[in-house]
Amino acid sequence: MAQVPKADELAKVSHRPPETPWTETPVEFRPGTFCYGAKPKNLEVVGLPNPREWNPADEDWKLPDNWKDITLNGMKDRLDKFRSFKLFMDICVRCGACADKCHYYIGSGDPKNMPVLRAELIRSVYRKYFTGSGKIFSKYAGARALTERVLKEWFYYYYQCTECRRCSVFCPYGIDTAEVTMMARELLNELGCGIDWIAGPVANCYMNGNHLGIQPHAFKDMIEFFVDEIEEVTGVRVEPTFNRKGAEVLFITPSGDVFADPGTYTLMGYMMLFHEIGLDYTWSTYASEGGNFGLFTSHEMMKRLNAKMYAEAKRLGVKWILGGECGHMWRVINQYMDTMNGPADFLEVPKSPITGTVFENAKSTKMVHIAEFTADLIRHGKIKLDPSRNDNKIVTFHDSCNTSRAMGIFEEPRYILKHVCNHFYDMPEGTIREKTFCCGSGSGLNTDEYMEMRMRGGLPRANAVRYVHEKHGVNMLACICAIDRAVLPPLMNYWVPGVDVTGLHELVGNALVMTGEKKRTTDLRYEPLPGMEDEEDDDV
Amino acid sequence: MSLTDYLRQNQKAILKDWFHAVVDSYPAETAAFLKKEKDPFANPVGYSILEGLQGVFAQVVEGAEQEKITPFLDRIIRVRAVQDFTPAQAVSFVFSFKEVVRTRLEGDGRLQELAGDLRTLEAAVDQVALMAFNIYMECREKLYELRVEEVKNRTARLLERANAIWESQRKGEGSREES
Ligand code: SF4
Ligand code: SF4
Repeated sequence: MAQVPKADELAKVSHRPPETPWTETPVEFRPGTFCYGAKPKNLEVVGLPNPREWNPADEDWKLPDNWKDITLNGMKDRLDKFRSFKLFMDICVRCGACADKCHYYIGSGDPKNMPVLRAELIRSVYRKYFTGSGKIFSKYAGARALTERVLKEWFYYYYQCTECRRCSVFCPYGIDTAEVTMMARELLNELGCGIDWIAGPVANCYMNGNHLGIQPHAFKDMIEFFVDEIEEVTGVRVEPTFNRKGAEVLFITPSGDVFADPGTYTLMGYMMLFHEIGLDYTWSTYASEGGNFGLFTSHEMMKRLNAKMYAEAKRLGVKWILGGECGHMWRVINQYMDTMNGPADFLEVPKSPITGTVFENAKSTKMVHIAEFTADLIRHGKIKLDPSRNDNKIVTFHDSCNTSRAMGIFEEPRYILKHVCNHFYDMPEGTIREKTFCCGSGSGLNTDEYMEMRMRGGLPRANAVRYVHEKHGVNMLACICAIDRAVLPPLMNYWVPGVDVTGLHELVGNALVMTGEKKRTTDLRYEPLPGMEDEEDDDV
Repeated sequence: MSLTDYLRQNQKAILKDWFHAVVDSYPAETAAFLKKEKDPFANPVGYSILEGLQGVFAQVVEGAEQEKITPFLDRIIRVRAVQDFTPAQAVSFVFSFKEVVRTRLEGDGRLQELAGDLRTLEAAVDQVALMAFNIYMECREKLYELRVEEVKNRTARLLERANAIWESQRKGEGSREES
């Protein structure tokens, strides 16, 4: 009779990873744990190298013959050009302070997701080819040769880092593994080994100005559709303008706000606010995307896609730019835009026409974050708010990695929340503000084939939400990032059912008392306002 | 003394063995982290496993109904269903409870005496394992459902709008035909 394995034997079949050194354990491409490879048509549009049909799970990646030279030359180039990259390769003392700080490590338990090991994947190659000791005593110096297996490992783990920078907060040397990931992704892209969920939006954005590739007339049409929706809820007809020369302010937001719920409600919130305060603003149907997946491809691509913002501001002759609720768009603007495509001397230092506040912090980029703008309006008592309209929402706030760690926006959204709703509870210290946990789907990893991995990466975030859900009955997770609005709903659905997701300005829109509005019975989602449940029934 | 009393008395030690058995299914560095890190927010996997096991233990020992066990099992399986485990590996922790108890009884020289009770307990654990499989399947199905929903929602407003235009055009055409 066949021997039936015991439970622990069964469990141990390839259970604990083989006890080989990490440098020698190959990665396994299992569905759900990797993103599809970039399609040739998307690479061709922007002239990225080696366009071909390929699948990361295949043995043959169809690399160019001289792929090793391309990669090593690419590394050399970047080591010369970016001092930070060289430093990060050299100075890590392997103290381990970052090791257990990555949400992907915490959620997956895979040691190669420890930031120190993630960086080591490329550092070991750096040692082999770019340091004296590594060239001679490779094995002892922790150096290894660049092989296809190593390259596949790069792909697997550098597209398993959301460039969230949480690890850098804990590193005594300030090593930013996110920047190491960026370099690795640039190198992978030189071989045509990017992922399609990034390549597609990049190509679309390059051709049509936004990630979905929606053309200007359709973009305008969508926004007008929400004008009707706003009128339905409030009785007030807002009047957005498009490509209007001479407007004071150009408004740019991620296109996710225009096409997918719940971002669309946030979009309605913006438009209601601008109408109410009489802001002289315009949309651009060309700079119709705040997001920039170029950031996840290469610095050149980021620059190319970002350029349209200033170009449109110049063409339209606006004074300054106001930006909507987005995450990585702000990382690009705050950290790179000014030196990449700036200085934007043709623009003025942003000054709120309503309060007179000068946004000194945006003196150089000329672009203000809407949370700063709205918080300033509230502080000066320029808008009337009825927070009780959000009384059925018990709210907590997710700090997006980018707005928090790349900009330090902590107080403004909380200040706004405390004015637009009556029930707000923060998640535990250590999971918010500069230590916030990533949504698990940032940096272009928000694709559906990656759902399993996203659930792992999002576990620490969800776990903290679960705590306030159980303790305070939190049922609404607010955020100021379009990717968050897209990816937190499935994350909540899996880990903490009963918690919905909202943008900050959706709550502002609900609470905003507009001049000439009708008696409001529903919120922006057509759900009855607290105490109005019966009125709704009467209407039907 | 019955097995139930024995389990109650040795609860702490048995839970510890069980927890270690489960956690040792992770790579060595990770197992050490899961055991050591005490902040539940820094170590959600370790805490989910620990709380889940505590709950399942209490319910099994006290002979609770199925519904009461489900949330505790769910705590653990929801995590393991999205990690690098095969279905068997993901739920095998339930069976390892049997090994843990048996080993401890053996060590204490009580196996003979409590063998009858142990068989009953093992049958109960098998029941729990069946529930575990169901929860595992639910979690995996949920993942697929989330994928489908996400793809749909991405362009939902565009479609809604396109349909609205299509509808209004059709109505327009319709009225022309009538007139
Ligand atoms: S905390 Fe910094 S120095 Fe320490 S291991 Fe991590 S990257 Fe290296
Ligand atoms: S940047 Fe974020 S995802 Fe990447 S290694 Fe650091 S903590 Fe992990």
